[in-house]
Amino acid sequence: MNDSHSAMFKLQGLQVRFGAVRALKGISLHVNQGEVVALLGANGAGKSTTLRTISGLSRPSAGNIFFAGQSITTFPSTKIVRLGIAHSPEGRRLFGGLTVAENLRLGSCSRSDTDGIAADTERMFSLFPILRERRPQLAGTLSGGEQQQLALARALMAAPKLLLLDEPSLGVAPLLVKHIFEALAELKRQGMTMLLVEQNMKLALKLADRAYVLRTGSIALHGSSAELLSDDRVAQAYLGAAQ
Amino acid sequence: MMARAVTLALALVLMAAIAFGAPYVVSDYMVRIILLIALNSIFVLSLSLSNGFTGVFSLGHVGFIGAGAYLSGILTLTVEQKHSLLPHLPAFLNWFSLPFLPATLVAGVLMTLLAVIVGYPLMRLSGYFVSVATMGFLIIVNVVLINASDFTRGARTFTGVPLDTSLPWVFGWLAVTLLVLWRLVYSPFGRRMKAVRDDTIAASAVGIDVLKTRLLAFAIGAFFAGVGGSLYAHYLGSFSPVTFYFAMTMNLIAMLVLGGMGSLSGAIIGVISVSILSELLRSVERGFTIGDVTIPALYGASQIVLGFIFILIMIFRPKGIMGERELSLGFLNSSAKIQFKQGEVK
Repeated sequence: MNDSHSAMFKLQGLQVRFGAVRALKGISLHVNQGEVVALLGANGAGKSTTLRTISGLSRPSAGNIFFAGQSITTFPSTKIVRLGIAHSPEGRRLFGGLTVAENLRLGSCSRSDTDGIAADTERMFSLFPILRERRPQLAGTLSGGEQQQLALARALMAAPKLLLLDEPSLGVAPLLVKHIFEALAELKRQGMTMLLVEQNMKLALKLADRAYVLRTGSIALHGSSAELLSDDRVAQAYLGAAQ
Repeated sequence: MMARAVTLALALVLMAAIAFGAPYVVSDYMVRIILLIALNSIFVLSLSLSNGFTGVFSLGHVGFIGAGAYLSGILTLTVEQKHSLLPHLPAFLNWFSLPFLPATLVAGVLMTLLAVIVGYPLMRLSGYFVSVATMGFLIIVNVVLINASDFTRGARTFTGVPLDTSLPWVFGWLAVTLLVLWRLVYSPFGRRMKAVRDDTIAASAVGIDVLKTRLLAFAIGAFFAGVGGSLYAHYLGSFSPVTFYFAMTMNLIAMLVLGGMGSLSGAIIGVISVSILSELLRSVERGFTIGDVTIPALYGASQIVLGFIFILIMIFRPKGIMGERELSLGFLNSSAKIQFKQGEVK
């Protein structure tokens, strides 16, 4: 197991409440530089809440978030993006009334290096060629798969050091899911660090190095992808079966 | 972009021509209507910044217009008028009288500050909540105007404001409003405004400061609301708190929604259509005779017809006449056509 002290990113006892509901009951995990870590679990386990709390969209009631050696627990989302954590949120959440090009440009609005932005835009177009064709089109008129690619590209335009991905396969045709995961694998080869939330367990474990399995707001299991792929308890966590 | 710039330049030339030429060509009655159209354009354009482009549907805009009108009115009264009309005006206000332009600028700047103070808590709200909260602001302004009678003569008519507002003044300020908003809306900041409007959470996720973006749009809108309020005060000469209340709010919102909420030219087209329609209908409702047929006067009928037209437009063009497109000379730029089609699909 990797040493969590040298991890690039770390959650320590993270708790989140929504009124009386405890959505996260004290989660600790870490992600090392260059690693892809999957967060698995059934609906309502707290996967999306974890990502939203990391990127400052929800506030924890207890616990700490560490990134690149400092605590970012209380930072506003604008600062978190600038530090290098980009979030591709659940349900894509594109700016439907704006064009594909404008969506990409907004992805880089935390940056000011004009040349780098232009180069990254080109990179996105070679990673997702369909976006180049759709450049002047309104994001709201794209197909589900195209929208997901745009959501991914928009997050990457922030030039993140850590990419938070929430359900990149949701509502996407199977063929395009394959294409999107190929793109993610390519990003991994290039050294991108990712924390991936995904319903499709097999797909996620094929991409990820390690995974944590969440059940009703706590971590039920964690281990390397190879271990978890052959562990029946993972499926049980999904189905909510008894230990 | 090119076509847009040319369209904007043509619009400015046309506005200058109307501002200086109209009084020689058309009747005083028409000049008054043109002036009110230009004035309402300033109101609706400034309203579109928050309500249309940023997605903060404010019902408090008229609060800034009213406060701006009173403020500018108080500043421009002569010292003698202040002593006779507002005998209890505090000493720091009663010994001087400002000319029209500085008073208008003061109204604009103070409304901007007021908007920042009011907006700091309110701009955290979204959807219906921000509408109701800003309506609360309008009600507070109204009650303050009625009760601060040392400054405003209370519910009695505030009068004696010099009638300085002429066509060139209104069109000059309209040009400034249009130019500033155009630069803003089609800039990186404008893109952030629209991102906040389309999806607040996604906007935060890409690192946009939602509160700051909304606050800026709200405050800049309030500046031009204050300026427009001052122009309106110096057009009317006398007014009372009820002038700046729900009736005016509804009127401006109808113009904005009919014209199209995400379009500057749409805002102006909304003002022109509603103004011309209501003037036409008003002349018809007095009754008229064609040959042997006499149509009797039907007072109030114009409002009913206007209401029906609003309903029809909303059914057949739910995004307003312009939607999110700008009036543009399409042949200069073929992408305008593509945008038109996409607007339809969405």
